[in-house]
Amino acid sequence: MRAKPGGPSDAKRCPHPFGSPSVPIARRAIILAPIILTGCQAGVLDPAGPIGLAEKTILIDSLAIMLAIVIPTIAATLGFAWWFRAPNTKARYLPDFAYSGRLELIVWSIPLLTITLLGGVAWIGSHDLDPAVPLPSDKPPLDVQVVSLDWKWLFIYPNQRVASVNQLVVPAGVPIHFTLTSASVMSTFFIPQLGSMIYTMNGMATQLYLQADTPGTFRGLSGHYNGDGFSDMHFDVLAVPTDRFTAWVSATRGTGPTLNADSYAELEKQSVDAHPFTYGNADPALFRQIVTQKLPPGPGPQVGHPDVNVSPRTQR
Amino acid sequence: MLGKLTWAAVPFDQPIPLIAAAMVGLVIFGVLVWVTVKGYLPYLWHEWITSVDHKRIGIMYTLLAMVMLLRGFSDAIMMRSQQAMAYRSEGYLPPEHYDQIFSAHGTLMIFFVAMPFVIGLMNFVVPLQLGARDVAFPTLNSVGFWLTATGALLVNISLVVGEFARTGWLPYPPLSELTYSPGVGVDYYLWSLEISGVGTLLSGVNLVTTVLKIHAPGMTYMRMPMFCWTTLAANLLIVAAFPILTATLAMLLLDRNLGFHFFTNTGGGNVMMFMNLIWAWGHPEVYILILPAFGIFSEVIATFSRKPLFGYRSMVMATMVICLLSFTVWLHHFFTMGAGADVNAIFGIASMIIAVPTGVKVFNWLFTMYGGRVVFTPPILWSIGFMVTFVIGGMTGVLLAVPPADFVLHNSLFLVAHFHNVIIGGVLFGAFAGYNYWFPKAFGFRLHEGLGKAAFWCWFIGFYLAFMPLYVVGLMGMTRRMQHYDVAAWRPWLLIAALGAAVILCGIILQIAQLTVSIRHREELRDETGDPWNGRSLEWATASPPPVFNFAVLPHIQGEDAYWDIKQRAIEQARLGDEPAYTEIEMPKNSPTGFICAFFATFMGFALIWHIWWLVAVGALGAFTTFVVFAWRDEDEYIIPADEVAKIDRANRSARREALVHLQPVQ
Repeated sequence: MRAKPGGPSDAKRCPHPFGSPSVPIARRAIILAPIILTGCQAGVLDPAGPIGLAEKTILIDSLAIMLAIVIPTIAATLGFAWWFRAPNTKARYLPDFAYSGRLELIVWSIPLLTITLLGGVAWIGSHDLDPAVPLPSDKPPLDVQVVSLDWKWLFIYPNQRVASVNQLVVPAGVPIHFTLTSASVMSTFFIPQLGSMIYTMNGMATQLYLQADTPGTFRGLSGHYNGDGFSDMHFDVLAVPTDRFTAWVSATRGTGPTLNADSYAELEKQSVDAHPFTYGNADPALFRQIVTQKLPPGPGPQVGHPDVNVSPRTQR
Repeated sequence: MLGKLTWAAVPFDQPIPLIAAAMVGLVIFGVLVWVTVKGYLPYLWHEWITSVDHKRIGIMYTLLAMVMLLRGFSDAIMMRSQQAMAYRSEGYLPPEHYDQIFSAHGTLMIFFVAMPFVIGLMNFVVPLQLGARDVAFPTLNSVGFWLTATGALLVNISLVVGEFARTGWLPYPPLSELTYSPGVGVDYYLWSLEISGVGTLLSGVNLVTTVLKIHAPGMTYMRMPMFCWTTLAANLLIVAAFPILTATLAMLLLDRNLGFHFFTNTGGGNVMMFMNLIWAWGHPEVYILILPAFGIFSEVIATFSRKPLFGYRSMVMATMVICLLSFTVWLHHFFTMGAGADVNAIFGIASMIIAVPTGVKVFNWLFTMYGGRVVFTPPILWSIGFMVTFVIGGMTGVLLAVPPADFVLHNSLFLVAHFHNVIIGGVLFGAFAGYNYWFPKAFGFRLHEGLGKAAFWCWFIGFYLAFMPLYVVGLMGMTRRMQHYDVAAWRPWLLIAALGAAVILCGIILQIAQLTVSIRHREELRDETGDPWNGRSLEWATASPPPVFNFAVLPHIQGEDAYWDIKQRAIEQARLGDEPAYTEIEMPKNSPTGFICAFFATFMGFALIWHIWWLVAVGALGAFTTFVVFAWRDEDEYIIPADEVAKIDRANRSARREALVHLQPVQ
């Protein structure tokens, strides 16, 4: 059974039902009216960290710039079509009106100006929010190595020498430096409320900096479809105060299984709906061995492994 | 003997595909029996299957698209109902089935609905608009169509024999490699598209040559109707982009079948290369689909506004700019791969620049309506519906082209909503506008207007109900392709989306009703003159349906809106032009080459999928022999005598003469 009854309650995922208090509620209500109606949103419009916040601002600004010409265009389309309807004898009929230099100039200029403005937003935004650029902070970033597996997430804390599966615990207010790879197929590491997603690929490492500003529980998932177990490949992000993070590390260290090449080979096998658990001792060199393929990529489906005589249809 | 094929390949344990396939099989069998009993087989063989007439081939392409639309839409209904049900439960489709459904849905809708629909309309209309007797390569055209049909057939065979890909409509490795997808699903996908891709390429070569070389006297490039320009642009893109697809899929086939390492995890393969290559085809592909639709809207809006198209030169320029730029933006499909700020920003801005010529087009359609006399027929309803819907889809598209916005929206349902917004609101609305607009030209009677309008409203409202909620859940962080989920807040939106799909279903039922009712009442809806809409371009200058040679005498073109000029002159003088001197006409002979090639290609494709090597050899040899026999033909044309031409044309002239009395000069 793949279903997952009794997952973390949804209420937990809404630390700020009405967003950050600095934004007037009335303005938010207009922008988010359709979403607020459902109560908890917990999406990219409810960011909980600097990256998510900046991306939401860019998203809303870009939308506003474009709506400034899209709404008049829609109105004009409906207006022209209705006013110039055939039975309306009050409307002027200009059967030869097919060219106007001035209008052509305007017609080319409006989208060009809009795109110039938006292009600036895109250029600056791409550079400011490049996932591989460290976040400005007086605290040193916490290193977390992420491995996407079929179909679960492995988080290795190389400096703390612990690791966890399907649960990411991070200190709030501290930048997190993620280095990511995949054990098998491509996936995307994505925590909607914290911002930027990034691909994980076998044999390669991608970089991502994120930060949770305040404690809370957020939903993380794979943004990229990666096979039959895809829908169960989500995890909880627990952003906790720094002292509680330290306490979690010391409580974890030394308890539970060890993460090394052998246990990794076991973990790498395809499975769905893995309940969160931790490794009390994690080999800090493991991630490098995965990226450099010293440890072989995930084996894929085992029943009926590639072979001419394979059952053509699916194996569960 | 049968390679990997055993009885285990038939999903006896899965009732849904089995029952669906049984139904389809029954319908096909019934139609075959009916056709045989009624003695229609020789007619079908001589007049349709072996036809090299561009009009017949165009109609068959369109028919294929409509039938496949039903299959693709059944998949859509299953996906929407699964997601409506699967909150904290499994729903009714297990992942291995659900994953096939969304992969098949995308593959069918793009390759076997949208593509044949626009290619069908281009095939039917463009030679008529250019004042040509046929396309440049009539038999090649037939081969192209039948190979496309082969691809569609193979995809549908996968429903009952084996499985379809579970990788999404673009099979990203390494998931699509043998290690992670050992079944035949990905092979079905690959071989279907390899075969139909060749067909599409042939069709592209044919249409590019036709638009560039085959014109009535006086039909200069800058006098061609807008639809011919967009056809040229789209087919240039086909010729440039489809070989990339074929080559990329061939590399994946080599990986899967012969142990190559283009895209594997190990052995130095690189998945990023696949993504770059597939989108180097994939992005031009969306313009291959939308540009012809833009052309259709240009024709429809001008005709029903009773005005020439506004800013023709601007429109031509915008079309060709889009054609060029479409090759410079593919990287926006994977901003989240970590390419770095400069690369992302440059491709983001390049993508936005395409919005400029597109915006110009929207404004020009707007000014075409300005000062017009807009007649609300179904084709223009689809066009106005398109303008409203498409600007929204364009806006969200530009939003996704802003890399930081894409970082949180990529691969979410927001993205799914966006591309359905432009493909349904753009391509499909365009195809339906063209279907309603040119149907009387193809069959000599109009489609029922009331049912056509009702179908439009169902589609229009259904579209908004089905896809606006997906924008919302996308913003809430829901990714695409989820078989189940446990976030309560997503559910109401997915229920609304399912309702939207049901409303679209009503639209489709109304369209079927429209066709049935129209065929029954064809005498009341008859178009005698060949010009039911008071049209402006040359296709309306000939009878409906047009004779096999299109024009008894090739018209002389003296300006844009070629037929409009001829018609206005006739109205002013209150008489048609003098009866021309008819001469005999040479037309290409029908040829079964396309059908037989595709027949062998179907077996070859099936055998390649299942590793039945002797059948591969038989199929390949058969197809090649067919080609050789065709190449050795002695005569491939026949003569229609002048008397015959005169007889056909006089009937149409007398109908036009009667209609002329009722036409008023414009002013």
